[in-house]
Amino acid sequence: MINKLVSSPAEALAGVHDGATVMIGGFGSAGQPSELIDALIEQGARELTIVNNNAGNGETGLAALLKARRVRKIICSFPRQVDSQVFDSLYRSGDIELELVPQGNLAERIRAAGAGIGGFFTPTGYGTELAKGKETREIDGRMYVYETPIHADWALIKAEAGDRWGNLVYRKTARNFGPIMATAAKVTVAAVHDVVELGALDPEHVVTPGIFVHRVVKVERTATGPAGFKQPGTRSPA
Amino acid sequence: MSYTPLTRDQMAARVARDIPEGAYVNLGIGLPTLVANHLPMGREIVLHSENGVLGIGPAPAPGDEDYDLINAGKQPVTLLAGGCYFHHADSFGMMRGGHLDICVLGAFQVSATGDLANWHTGAPDAIPAVGGAMDLAVGAKKTFVMMEHLTRSGESKIVERCTYPLTAVACVSRIYTDLAVLDVTPAGVTIIEAVPGLTHDELRRLTGLPLAD
Repeated sequence: MINKLVSSPAEALAGVHDGATVMIGGFGSAGQPSELIDALIEQGARELTIVNNNAGNGETGLAALLKARRVRKIICSFPRQVDSQVFDSLYRSGDIELELVPQGNLAERIRAAGAGIGGFFTPTGYGTELAKGKETREIDGRMYVYETPIHADWALIKAEAGDRWGNLVYRKTARNFGPIMATAAKVTVAAVHDVVELGALDPEHVVTPGIFVHRVVKVERTATGPAGFKQPGTRSPA
Repeated sequence: MSYTPLTRDQMAARVARDIPEGAYVNLGIGLPTLVANHLPMGREIVLHSENGVLGIGPAPAPGDEDYDLINAGKQPVTLLAGGCYFHHADSFGMMRGGHLDICVLGAFQVSATGDLANWHTGAPDAIPAVGGAMDLAVGAKKTFVMMEHLTRSGESKIVERCTYPLTAVACVSRIYTDLAVLDVTPAGVTIIEAVPGLTHDELRRLTGLPLAD
């Protein structure tokens, strides 16, 4: 019997090695698997390369992982935010490496890895600092830049509901990077709010087929304040 | 004759007037977001946000925010009937693949040939962040820029060559400022209109470029 359900985030994160590349889903904190990030901090792996759209907000989640000095390098599109002080200070002191990638290139490089593509030519970034040193090519009169896939050892994502085969559905814009990151990692861990029986998810509506998912763990839905899920009828903190 | 620069809301209303029925549109973070408040009633326009949503509706009422439903600026939004969600690679495929009709972006500088600089000042101590700016600039069928015409120190933001790091090359089709609307054409920058009381010659003097009438 296939059973990808595990009982806790700690069990889900067992086996992350030092130096691993870890994709973390979420745009801001919508779709951010905060319980899995906390478990990664507990788990203790060091010298990580993190792939995320941002570089942590406030002092929790990804920012806490950075603060614990567990990240060697971050690959992201938008590190600088009003509350990215943990990243900012590590970057300024030279204690973290940054690979800045236009957001669409980030998404497509992840997608390419998951789809077995060895890279692609994109118009995005042509003629800019972020394409410096990269191969370019003129195709049908337009200039393109060659970009390589980003593979990961682990992908930590959040979904709305999943079953024991790992089929997933998402909620609203919390979907963001989840479906593509799930395809690009050797081990994909999905934190879900609901674990449902096989067959309960409408097969026409499954967004991430279970073949891409290795471990599924149920987490509580908590009101996480700005950019997190808010319980119906409650007010978000100001 | 004297003239009054447009307010930010007046600029947004001016841009909104040019967005046609049926258009798929991405409004960038900051000033362009204001355009949503001025879209003409009765025109069906589909707003896209790069984090993965088409069909954005009005801001939610206080207390009704759902932080799983946000725009690229991470503000809570609502979804119109007919709207939908999709993942990041599809979302950027919509942009890069030329499916969006219009994107409206802010800018530090636009060059006479339509180069755009809007992501990084290039200052040595600045932490760079790019987000979706480069993808939007190259991808939409038309890239509109919306910005103040002059910097705080009175220098034109429409320049011969950008001195800030580029976002994309020759991507801007139209520029909306607080002083004028201008088109970037193969023949150079052309004045479509200037605010009442501002002569084209005075606009040329402020801009420091040979603008065609």
